[in-house]
Amino acid sequence: MSPQSDKQSINVKINGNSVSQKDNGKRSVFETNDLNLWYSDTHALKGIDLSFNENEVTAIIGPSGCGKSTYIKTLNRMVELVPGVRTTGEIKFKGKNILDKDFQVEALRTQVGMVFQKANPFPKSIYDNVAYGPRIHGIRNKKVLDEIVEKSLQGASLWDEVKDRLKDNAFGLSGGQQQRLCIARCLAIEPDVILMDEPTSALDPKSTLRIEELVQELQKDYSIIMVTHNMQQAARISNKTAFFLNGEVVEFEETDKLFTNPSDSRTEDYISGRFG
Amino acid sequence: MKFQKERNNKNNIEEAIVKVILFIMALSSIISLGLITFFVFNEGLPFMIGYGITDFIFGTTWNPTEQVYGIFPMIVGSVIVTIFAILVGAPIGIAVAVYLVEIAPPRVTKIVKPAILLLEGIPSVVIGLFGMVVIIDVIRRLARGPLADYLPAGYQTGYSILAGVLILAIMILPTIISISADSIRAVPKEYKEASLAMGSTKWQTLFKVVVPAAKSGILAAVILGVGRAIGETMAIIMVIGNSVQLPIPGWEAVFAPVRTLTGNIALEMGYAGPEHRQALFATGIILFLFIIIINSITLLLRRRGT
Repeated sequence: MSPQSDKQSINVKINGNSVSQKDNGKRSVFETNDLNLWYSDTHALKGIDLSFNENEVTAIIGPSGCGKSTYIKTLNRMVELVPGVRTTGEIKFKGKNILDKDFQVEALRTQVGMVFQKANPFPKSIYDNVAYGPRIHGIRNKKVLDEIVEKSLQGASLWDEVKDRLKDNAFGLSGGQQQRLCIARCLAIEPDVILMDEPTSALDPKSTLRIEELVQELQKDYSIIMVTHNMQQAARISNKTAFFLNGEVVEFEETDKLFTNPSDSRTEDYISGRFG
Repeated sequence: MKFQKERNNKNNIEEAIVKVILFIMALSSIISLGLITFFVFNEGLPFMIGYGITDFIFGTTWNPTEQVYGIFPMIVGSVIVTIFAILVGAPIGIAVAVYLVEIAPPRVTKIVKPAILLLEGIPSVVIGLFGMVVIIDVIRRLARGPLADYLPAGYQTGYSILAGVLILAIMILPTIISISADSIRAVPKEYKEASLAMGSTKWQTLFKVVVPAAKSGILAAVILGVGRAIGETMAIIMVIGNSVQLPIPGWEAVFAPVRTLTGNIALEMGYAGPEHRQALFATGIILFLFIIIINSITLLLRRRGT
C-alpha cells in the first residue's frame, strides 16, 4: 500500500510547498521536520514534514490508525502521557524546537490550546470551567475573570445560551454546548494555535454545523489544526489538507486541489471512498 | 420432545431450589442484623427509659455499685478520640492515596499496596501491644519529663487521649487509603488531559481537578474511617487508660486518660450484675445510633457521587 520509495518524492513535494507558501507572505506557526514517533516498538509516525500557516484552518484526514491523532498530540506534547512514547526529529513552534529537553511544556500548552474528541468539561460550573485556565495562570481578580469568561463564551458563541446560568453545572449542557464550552475554556487561555482532535465526531449534524461555523469564525484570530475523519468537513472548512496513511503524509495540499485533483492515487482512492 | 420436557422440568426444580437456598443465605445477614438490633434494644431500652434518657446520656458519674449510670464521659471520650484520629489520619490517608494512584512509580506501588492490606489485617490487639510498648512509652517520657510541671499526676502515665488518637489514626489509614484511592482512580482521564492541555502543571491538575472530582468518594472514605474509629475496642482499651472522667479543658486534655463507649462495654460485661448489664446494653444502643448515623451519611454521599 505504501512503498517506501514513494516517501522521498512526497517529502520533496511537501518541502516545495512550504517554500512556496512563504512566498505567498503567510507566516508559518508550526513546522515539523522529520518527526518520528514510536509507541514502544510500533513506529506510529514516520518522518512527518509539515508546516502550518497562521490564521488558516488545516485539516488532517486519514483512516483510523493512520497516526493523525497521534500527530496532533505531539504538537502540544500531550502524547507524552502515553507510557513508552519516543520521538525523534524536530517540531518548531514560533521558531523554537518544542522537543528540546529544556522546553517548558506548560508554556507551550498555554499558547497551543486543545479541543478533544469527546467534550470533556470539568465537573464544575460553567463559569468555573472557563475560569479554570486563567486561574491556574494566576488571575485572581473577580472582575478580570468575569470579563475573560464572557469574552471566551462569546468567542465560542455560547454566551447567549448560558449567560443566565453560569453557576450551573456544565454537565447540564447538551453535547454540542459542552463541546463549545470546551472551546471557550480553550479560548480563555488566549492561545495562538488551537488543536482540534475530531471535535465533532460525537455530535449530531446540527451541533456539528455550529462548531464548523465557529471554527471559520475563529480562524480570523487563531491558527487551527483539526483532525477529522469526516472528509466533507475538511472540504468545507479548511484551507489546506494533509492526508495521512500508515503513519506517513501522503499528500499535503490546498484543500480545493486535494479534493478535486489529488496528485497521489492513494489520496484519490481514499477521498472517493474506496477504503478507509 | 418428551425427553426435552422432562429435562426442563428437572432444571426448573433445581433452579427453584438453588434460588431458595441463595435467598436464605442472603437473608441471613439481614436476620442477624435484625436479631442484634432486637436484643440490644430489648435489653437496653427499658433500662434507659426507666433510668431516664437524659440522666443516662448526660450524667457524668458512672458508678455501677451505687446504681449510678451516666455515660457522658464515655461519649466525650469516644467523640474526642475519633475526631482527632480523623484529623490526623485522614490527611495522611488521602495524601497516600493521591501518591499511590497518581505519582508513585509502579515499583513503589507494588510494595506499598500489599503493605497497606497487611496493616488492615493486623489484629487490633497486636496494634494495641505496639501502642502499649512504643507509643505509651514515648508519651510517658514526654509527660514525666519536660511537661511534668504542667500536668496533673494522673495525666503522666502515658495512657491517654493522645495514645488513643495515634493508634486509631494508624488503624483507619488502610480504610481511608483504599477507598479514596479507588475514587481517585475512577476520575476520568479526560479531566486530567483537559487540565494538562491548558498548561497547568501536574500539581495544579491533581489538586484542582482530580481530587475535587473524587471528592465524594474521599468524603465517604473519611466517614467510613470515622465508623471504624468509633467502633474500635481492643486496641483502644490497651492505650487509653479507661478512667471514667471528663478531661480538664485545655491542652492538658491531650494527656488525659479517658474511657470510650466500646471500652466501657468490653471492660465491664464480664462481671456485670443484671442492672449493670442492662446499662451496658444501653451503652451499646448509643454506639449503635452513632454507627447508623455515620453509615447513612456514607450511603447518601455515595448515592450523590454516582
